[in-house]
Amino acid sequence: MSRREAEQPEQADNAPPMVHTGARVRRNEDPRLLRGQGRYVDDIPLEGCVHGAFLRSTIARGRIVALDTTDAERVPGVLAVYTCDNIGGLDREMPLLIPHPCITHGRTQRPLARDDVYYVGQAIAFVVAVDRYVAEDAVSRISVDIEPLPVEVDMERAVEDGAPLVHPDVPGNIAASLVQHCGDADAAFERAEHHTKIRVQVDRSTGAPMECLATAARWDPVSGELVVWDGTQAPIGLRGALSSLFDLDEDKVRVIAPDVGGGFGPKIHFPYANEVLVPLAAMQLGRPVKYIEDRSENFVHMSHERTQIHEIELAATKDGEVIGLRDVFLHDTGSFIPYGIAVAQVASTAIAGPYRIPNIEVEFRCVYTPTVPVTPYRGCGRPQANFALERAMDQLAEELGIDRFEIRRRNLIADDEFPYKREGLIFADGLPVTYDSGQYGAALALLEKELDLPAFRAEQERARAEGRWLGLGLSFYVEGTGLGPYEGGRVRIHPITGKVYVNTGLTTQGQGHATSMAQLVADQLGVAVDDVIVVEGDTGVYDWGVATFASRAMVVSGSAIHKAAVKARERVLEIAANMLEVDPADIELKDGAAGVRGTATTIPLAAIATVSNPLRYAFNDAAQIATQFAPASKGDGPPLQGDSRPGIETEQFYSPPHATWAYGVHAAIVEVDPVSYDLQVKRYVIVHDCGKMINPMIVEGQIAGGVASGMGGAFYEKLEYEANGNLRNASFMEFLMPYATEVPHMEMHHLETPTPLNPIGAKGAGEAGTIPVAAVIASGIQDALAPEGIGPLWHVPLNPSVLHDAVREARSR
Amino acid sequence: MKPSRFEYVLPRSIEEAVAARVEYADTVVLSGGQSLVPTLNFRLSNPEAVIDLRLVPGLADVRVDGDWIHVGGRTRQRDLELDDAVHAANPLIRETLHHVAHPVIRNRGTVGGSIAHADPSAELPCLLLCLDGEVVAHGPGGARTIDAQDLFEFILSTTLEPDEILTEVRFPVLPERTGWCFTEFARRHGDFALAGVAATLTLAEDGTIAWGQLAACGVTTTPVRLVAVEDALLDGAADPSRIREIAQLAADVVTVPDDESCSSAYRRDLLVGLVERALRTSLQRATERATARTSREVTS
Ligand SMILES: Cc1cc2nc3c(=O)[nH]c(=O)nc-3n(C[C@H](O)[C@H](O)[C@H](O)COP(=O)(O)OP(=O)(O)OC[C@H]3O[C@@H](n4cnc5c(N)ncnc54)[C@H](O)[C@@H]3O)c2cc1C
Repeated sequence: MSRREAEQPEQADNAPPMVHTGARVRRNEDPRLLRGQGRYVDDIPLEGCVHGAFLRSTIARGRIVALDTTDAERVPGVLAVYTCDNIGGLDREMPLLIPHPCITHGRTQRPLARDDVYYVGQAIAFVVAVDRYVAEDAVSRISVDIEPLPVEVDMERAVEDGAPLVHPDVPGNIAASLVQHCGDADAAFERAEHHTKIRVQVDRSTGAPMECLATAARWDPVSGELVVWDGTQAPIGLRGALSSLFDLDEDKVRVIAPDVGGGFGPKIHFPYANEVLVPLAAMQLGRPVKYIEDRSENFVHMSHERTQIHEIELAATKDGEVIGLRDVFLHDTGSFIPYGIAVAQVASTAIAGPYRIPNIEVEFRCVYTPTVPVTPYRGCGRPQANFALERAMDQLAEELGIDRFEIRRRNLIADDEFPYKREGLIFADGLPVTYDSGQYGAALALLEKELDLPAFRAEQERARAEGRWLGLGLSFYVEGTGLGPYEGGRVRIHPITGKVYVNTGLTTQGQGHATSMAQLVADQLGVAVDDVIVVEGDTGVYDWGVATFASRAMVVSGSAIHKAAVKARERVLEIAANMLEVDPADIELKDGAAGVRGTATTIPLAAIATVSNPLRYAFNDAAQIATQFAPASKGDGPPLQGDSRPGIETEQFYSPPHATWAYGVHAAIVEVDPVSYDLQVKRYVIVHDCGKMINPMIVEGQIAGGVASGMGGAFYEKLEYEANGNLRNASFMEFLMPYATEVPHMEMHHLETPTPLNPIGAKGAGEAGTIPVAAVIASGIQDALAPEGIGPLWHVPLNPSVLHDAVREARSR
Repeated sequence: MKPSRFEYVLPRSIEEAVAARVEYADTVVLSGGQSLVPTLNFRLSNPEAVIDLRLVPGLADVRVDGDWIHVGGRTRQRDLELDDAVHAANPLIRETLHHVAHPVIRNRGTVGGSIAHADPSAELPCLLLCLDGEVVAHGPGGARTIDAQDLFEFILSTTLEPDEILTEVRFPVLPERTGWCFTEFARRHGDFALAGVAATLTLAEDGTIAWGQLAACGVTTTPVRLVAVEDALLDGAADPSRIREIAQLAADVVTVPDDESCSSAYRRDLLVGLVERALRTSLQRATERATARTSREVTS
């Protein structure tokens, strides 16, 4: 495969054997997490801590005509009641985090509503009291009078003339619009022998992390330091926001993301109201303050995603070669657009999927609706784009009388066409879409083999003869992962214990960084995986970096950590060689020690680390051992010469040239029950390629979680806004997140096509599982119900009632 | 999601519990807490006092006595489900309980709590109605018995008085030559049903259908007896080939209007399908029981 753009691996000639990298290593973090020893924000013990609660709007769009907090302030135990009028400089529109020239009418919200409310759930006042009970009592004593204004929650109607405006000065409710071209779509459509056009819709959902939003803060008047514990995916970003909003030196603001109970995207957005008001209250009251969001609040406060309506058109030859694609879509951004066009942009650039399709025109408009703001949620526009494209491919196949596998095979990008560039489509990293590597054809072939298509077809025929509804669906997706700009990695060998400490600027919300990152380092330094301690998510420990999003942790941080580990290895080898008076090439790092190949002589890493630090004191055995060997550096003069530093500590950065594209193809064999119209997934088969897998078990966990959330989007989870802007089903009773009983057993198969873009060959895996599921399920059900002649399934999530009504309708025709 | 302030009352006898019911203006009874605690936390209910039945003696006793199964109001759903004597006396009870939420909820949730709560989608009220069961309520004037038919009034509303406490639930023992079935459909395993059906079907000596008792949940404002279906079964002419046709008669009890994810046409067809399934299973089991019985009689 092509390694044209490869960053040259920086490994020494005597590269170590990969013992841990690529192995199914059990997770370092699990004993702690499974025993309930995780420390989430609410577990941080803070003496004298007081608690916050919000008053939230129950009206979607309205004017606040009266707001009186007097009664609330009188409730015994209440320490402060904040509204937009007494939060000083915080009463401003929060930053638009990722600007883009196409955002003509960018609007962001204030921490607490001023004059107007824009969605049910918007924060109006914040009460701090001795405990949460009293805080909620006081919230119920705030009197607020909101005059409702007309609303339109239906995105298609919201862009029509005369529709009520979310922001009076934003015509047509359009926040941003963008057209992108690749090749010449007009000419392709002109030339094509066949056109297929469909309209698809994906509805709104939420990431629903197990831990809702949570913030705790303590102000230390002695050190002048503000410490904030926050369930965020972006502590470094939040630290920057807080230091700027409060005009504090960055050094005086420390943001810690302790254990975080799931992120799934919404926690990359900041600052939420609690993230600024809790620190404000802590500083003003001189007491630690905590705010732990309720589930019912989470539904109407934390960002949502997914609503898009695509009109996608394919231009093809009669052999099914797709030569052009046009897609025009509306993207619902909710009442504000704080994260810019990320979701729409990712959807638009993923629209041609794994297919060659050389001529593309894609246009979107981001639409304001009086609902919870939208920012990326696992998949970030890709599930919608995949649904549009793959349903269109199925439709094209049907119209042309070509098998669904065959039509895909004819259009897949071939192995020798990589890197495959879509000039003119600019991805979320600001660079043209360039697929770096893949074996798409092999993936599809593997799927067909595992499915045993002939056997399935025979079974389907039998089932149909018995009147059973059995079908097969598939979807092929690509995923741009591992966006820059960069991450850092720092590796340090501790002189006392010989353990290896690793830092990076990310956070983990359960993905297993403490293991997968440790595996990379363990191999370089010849130590056990659980002797590598990965610490992240604390700006007091490490504060270079960006955040956890876009399936980028392993790609970007992993690469940086790997590079730092390679450097640390070089340093260890150099010192050990000096101590043992041999050539570095003869040294082997194994079992936490350096040894001379073919001899029994070894020095523990702790001793090497001790010697590398010209310190006077001998604390322990390692120091004793060290004295038996030659010194760490050759020659006379001061112990630290030139650029050298004490200890073994290295730091490296990795900045990807552009995104790296993972991909996969999923298929399901499904059956629909004739009484309940419920879905039974009989087999769910996955072929997945995220390049080099550092820990296949963790990759599979990511895929499984992704498919679970994909099942939600296919058949269960839908946030139902009523016409007046009220969210009807803001609870787990009625928002149907699938249980384990609704998530199918998955058969997973891997290809490993390394990316040439980074030294570890890894591509992202975090969102992959989610992307194709809705298309797979819709395709499978469509196939199952084909004998009934039902209309197309182009709107997800589906549900039994929709299927029932479709069959009834077909039968009455 | 924290409740507003309330008095917590922990009575040691049913009389004390009833006295507390009278003493405070606005009380709720805490049984398993699986429905009550969320409503308190959401502040949908802000009572003056919460009366915890935990220490009232006798409220968790279960016994089979002649034609009746007596179940203390505070009996955990899981305990009733696992009770073999109860299962032997009426196997429909265990089958129904398997559809109530998840084991962890049934470990806490109580039989009386579910019936007093009267959720129209809940299985236990439907079971009670199907079997012609009854409940015992204690109030300031003593105890009274209420027939299932007279208990359920509306969504989450019963004919229990605000100063009464439900102390016992009584299910009849399943008669001879009778088959049974509980079947439902919920979107997710363990959820409240979109529709559910409890059925018993009793055969005459000659093996023909004598009568059936059916109730449904999830389809209207209370659990409901499927009278039209029962009448059709009584005809005497009800033979297995007519089951599909008879099941159709259930459709009209559905009053739940269309909502975003469930059309009422779907719910009607679903109910009919479940009734058909329940009748077929009941008939098969009734036949098995009748033949097992006959062969036992023959051998002894
Ligand atoms: C996740 C989840 C899923 C569930 N799924 C289902 C399901 O599928 N099907 C189903 O049927 N139920 C379901 N439930 C409800 C569960 O079965 C409850 O246990 C039951 O509805 C109430 O019983 P309880 O003992 O918990 O009553 P509580 O919650 O203690 O009380 C419920 C109500 O009844 C009143 N009450 C209780 N006992 C008495 C009494 N002795 N006298 C007078 N009034 C009384 C209370 O004041 C309160 O208003 C579910 C619950 C949860 C949390």
